[in-house]
Amino acid sequence: MNTFRSLWATTWFRLLVGLAIGIVVLFVLAPAGLSDFRLSLLARFLCVAMVAVGIGLAWGQGGMLVMGQGVFFGLGAYLMAMHLKLADAGPGGVPDFMLLYGTGELPVWWEPLRSPAVTVILIVALPALVAGVLGYLIFRRAVRGAYFAILSQALVAAFAILLIGQQQTTGGTNGLNGFRGFFGYDLNDPANQRMLYFIAAAVLVGMVLIVWQLRRSRFGELLVAVRDQENRTRFLGYNPALVKTVAYVIAAVFAAIGGALFVPIVGIISPADVGVVPSIAFLAGVAIGGRATLLGPVLGSIAVSAAGSGLSETFPAAWTYFQGAVFILVVGFLPGGLAELVGRVRRLPARRRLRPDPTTASTTGITSGIDAPGPDTERIHA
Amino acid sequence: MEVIAAQLFAGASIGSVLLLAALGLSLTFGQMGVINMAHGEFMMAGAYTAFVLRGLIGDPNISLPLALVVGFGVGGLLGLILHRSLLSRMHNRPLDTLLVTWGVALVLQQLARDIFGAPNVDVPAPTWLAGPITVFGIGFPKARVFIIVLAVAAVVGISLVLTRTALGRRIRAVSQNRDLAEVSGISSPRTDDLTFFIGSGIAGLAGVALTLLGSVGPTLGQNYIVDAFLVVVVGGLGRVKGAVIAAFGLGVLQAFVELSLGASLAKVLVLLAVVAFLQIRPQGLVTIRTRSLA
Amino acid sequence: MTAVPRRPIRATLALAAALTMGLSACGGAKVSADGTAAANNAASCVDTSGDSIKIGFLNSLSGTMAISEKTVNDSLNLAAEEINAGGGVLGKKLQVVTEDGASEPTKFAEKARKLITADCTAAVFGGWTSASRKAMLPVFEGANSLLFYPVQYEGLEASKNIFYSGATTNQQIIPALDYLREKGAKSLYLVGSDYVFPRTANKIITAYAKEHGMEIKGEEYAPLGHTDFSTIVGKVRSANADAVFNTLNGDSNVAFFKEYRNAGLTADTMPVMSVSIAEEEVGGIGVDNVQNQLVAWNYYETVDSPQNRTFVQAFKAKYGQNRVTSDPMEAAYTSLYLWKAMVEKAGAFDTAAIQNAADGVTFDAPEGKVTVNGQNHHIAKTARIGKINGTGLIDSVWTSPGPIDPDPYLTTYPWAKGLS
Repeated sequence: MNTFRSLWATTWFRLLVGLAIGIVVLFVLAPAGLSDFRLSLLARFLCVAMVAVGIGLAWGQGGMLVMGQGVFFGLGAYLMAMHLKLADAGPGGVPDFMLLYGTGELPVWWEPLRSPAVTVILIVALPALVAGVLGYLIFRRAVRGAYFAILSQALVAAFAILLIGQQQTTGGTNGLNGFRGFFGYDLNDPANQRMLYFIAAAVLVGMVLIVWQLRRSRFGELLVAVRDQENRTRFLGYNPALVKTVAYVIAAVFAAIGGALFVPIVGIISPADVGVVPSIAFLAGVAIGGRATLLGPVLGSIAVSAAGSGLSETFPAAWTYFQGAVFILVVGFLPGGLAELVGRVRRLPARRRLRPDPTTASTTGITSGIDAPGPDTERIHA
Repeated sequence: MEVIAAQLFAGASIGSVLLLAALGLSLTFGQMGVINMAHGEFMMAGAYTAFVLRGLIGDPNISLPLALVVGFGVGGLLGLILHRSLLSRMHNRPLDTLLVTWGVALVLQQLARDIFGAPNVDVPAPTWLAGPITVFGIGFPKARVFIIVLAVAAVVGISLVLTRTALGRRIRAVSQNRDLAEVSGISSPRTDDLTFFIGSGIAGLAGVALTLLGSVGPTLGQNYIVDAFLVVVVGGLGRVKGAVIAAFGLGVLQAFVELSLGASLAKVLVLLAVVAFLQIRPQGLVTIRTRSLA
Repeated sequence: MTAVPRRPIRATLALAAALTMGLSACGGAKVSADGTAAANNAASCVDTSGDSIKIGFLNSLSGTMAISEKTVNDSLNLAAEEINAGGGVLGKKLQVVTEDGASEPTKFAEKARKLITADCTAAVFGGWTSASRKAMLPVFEGANSLLFYPVQYEGLEASKNIFYSGATTNQQIIPALDYLREKGAKSLYLVGSDYVFPRTANKIITAYAKEHGMEIKGEEYAPLGHTDFSTIVGKVRSANADAVFNTLNGDSNVAFFKEYRNAGLTADTMPVMSVSIAEEEVGGIGVDNVQNQLVAWNYYETVDSPQNRTFVQAFKAKYGQNRVTSDPMEAAYTSLYLWKAMVEKAGAFDTAAIQNAADGVTFDAPEGKVTVNGQNHHIAKTARIGKINGTGLIDSVWTSPGPIDPDPYLTTYPWAKGLS
């Protein structure tokens, strides 16, 4: 018990150090060292990382392979984009694309989004409601594992086709773009783009803190219990469906907030950002970083986004191979992600540890103390 | 009346394509719990096999029937390699197989792009499949009739293998109770290899058939993979009968909804119908009763 | 599992609160009252001091659109090579920065921003889908830089920061309709992919048909990437229109034409007029499936002119004898030369000077003489209706008497009132 305590103490300490480093990098080093263009790129990566934090909770802790986060990312993004379009159009105005391609009249369901307050509330509430109802229905019927993954894919496919098909009211394949202001601030002003970066960074840190608390709470333990032994948890008197739904809702809300911030930072949202393929791509960073760790998903997701941006600039074909290879190697041979690799290196006897790589060492410092779980134990009962 | 007949045929035709795409999946996913996202790329490999053979032989009248056989082999071989190298060590991690095979799918797509080029290639149809057959004044495209026949033949073939051969008994035994099968002297790795070979082979076959209907390009598989999984899930895991009902059911639904609401909305409604259906029957249409708490 | 000791969450809350507060009100300019953003405040970083000048090529080299956009990238590179061989622009060699749009509108916006602000290119050439152009438009307007867009599109746009070297609707769709009407088509069936261009095109076609007493027998949209056309072709068949107007995009054309032929329909029984199929696409669809069908563009490889012979020869010498040239490739090639002519007329590389000099700039393009319209930034182009021949190339069967002035908002057509 003593050894456990001291170990725990150090992990908790390491976590704090890691967070502190993260905050310094995000709030001091990055803004000081990066050009406006690179900073806004990083801001976009942070939005994607928000989705990853949620996936880390639902998948890493809860064992739900959420392959349809595009739906919630898209809901948040489109709600925000609709509001920005309406704000640009001015009171009583109609977004430009509706005049060009639609009837020139505002659909009723756009109307509430004129209000900034309603928009902000809806960005959180609508995905939460959708995920809550959907999740509870699905989990209550014990749809899980592969079924759940494929079901989420079907949903995201339907969502994307619907967005494309309703061109007059959603912008179709063009999506929504050409925003001038963000709650009154001019989006063309570099100072405002920096402000958006800081907002994104702060929100991301906030999400990590929330997940950290959740993992240490009774709920976090229940979630892991449901992942590893759903039936036993049920026999103990808990409602696994409820536990899973809560995690699913949190993941959905995080994705939606990521989407909502994505819109003013990137300046566009289109169905290409919410379909089946981007939904799977969200998982890549989480898998690579270590799905069951606290900071693994964040770091992995930012690394994948950065690699995508950098590698695709120079070698478009190599990028696809790289992405494929990463999925095969990491998920196939290292299910715990790079965090697991770090853990394995650490567990080697001291004498065999020749010159530990400084980068991996720092990653260790910021992985959570909760042990990475074994691989998914779900079996399909045919 | 003519419209209903035409749409029933269209539905059967869509269903037969879905069935060809899903039949192999139903084997590998259902019997072995492996979620193979690269299944679509095996179809693509089959389609490119048809393209290469037609280039070698020249006459599509001869190359297409040959491609059906070779395509089966190519798909099966790819499946065997994938299973041996990666999936055999992941049987207890079904969700992870999904992501690993997604990676394989990306690599195969890019390989196709590098070998055959990004643009679509043309695989001409045999002359004996050109144009329609007219029955009672309604024209039925021969290519589609051919695919329906092919799908039915594949179903009958698989059913016979599963129910009438020693291999089929082994496959069923392993899928129903792996441990008990092992104890009874069945080599489960060998059985899995064969199951994967057959399942992926059907994907190759489906790819060859698809050259009659659509484009042959690196992303061919992507167009079918989600639909194919839905068929398997709705049908019930590993049940050939379920897959058949699901494929034709979804095909007819798509065809009739499309008639009045257009293709986009039809697609959305079919997807949502599947989601709703799984609420009612989470285990699919046809299930094996087990005592396990699923 | 051992219970995790519970800690007060106060520390976390305090930290979170501090962070939120730390978000100082560091905002910049607000949107001005009249609704126009305080744009153009970003000073251009284009370096014109050296003996070279940077330009950007932004095409999808990966993803679903790579099939088409790679070819545009090829012809842009050809043009840049030729211009450099000829001494460059204002004595400066072109230094090309290539970026991959990856078929995603978001990527296009990001890469456009990179080309303008990080690479400091003087102008950017590229884009294909409407979605990619719409995504880049605010970036170019915000930074007051220039984009040259080489593809036919749905019109209803005229940004000061974009030059459109492809056809707008009155240079492609309306001539196509005129041709069909002239050939005696009294009724049409409209088939398109479900996105902006087909829907806008079909609105225009419907208005045109109403004005000229043609009947629209039906209008069908398929989701992008749709692979099963049995129902749609069935409807087309039973509607028995005089012609089909096809605005399908990409792969769907293959499935559509295979189904069309399988159903026993041919160019003789019911001709199809397509506006998105060029020489490059014919190979993938299969010549047998589209032979004798009609297309509408401004350029074909078979155009008989000295400029085109030089262009085709140079292209094949550089990229291989089996390659073909198509309308968007020619428009991209032309756009680089037009930019060169504008810069030389302006005597400077900056945006305002080029905008002022643009009007009336001409170039003897492979398609014929083109002239820039300084008002709407489109170019006057010759319309051509073509018929796909047995070798996969396209023969002109009708050519407009001269270049048609661009009219992206169709203001000169009374029946098109209320469309935009």
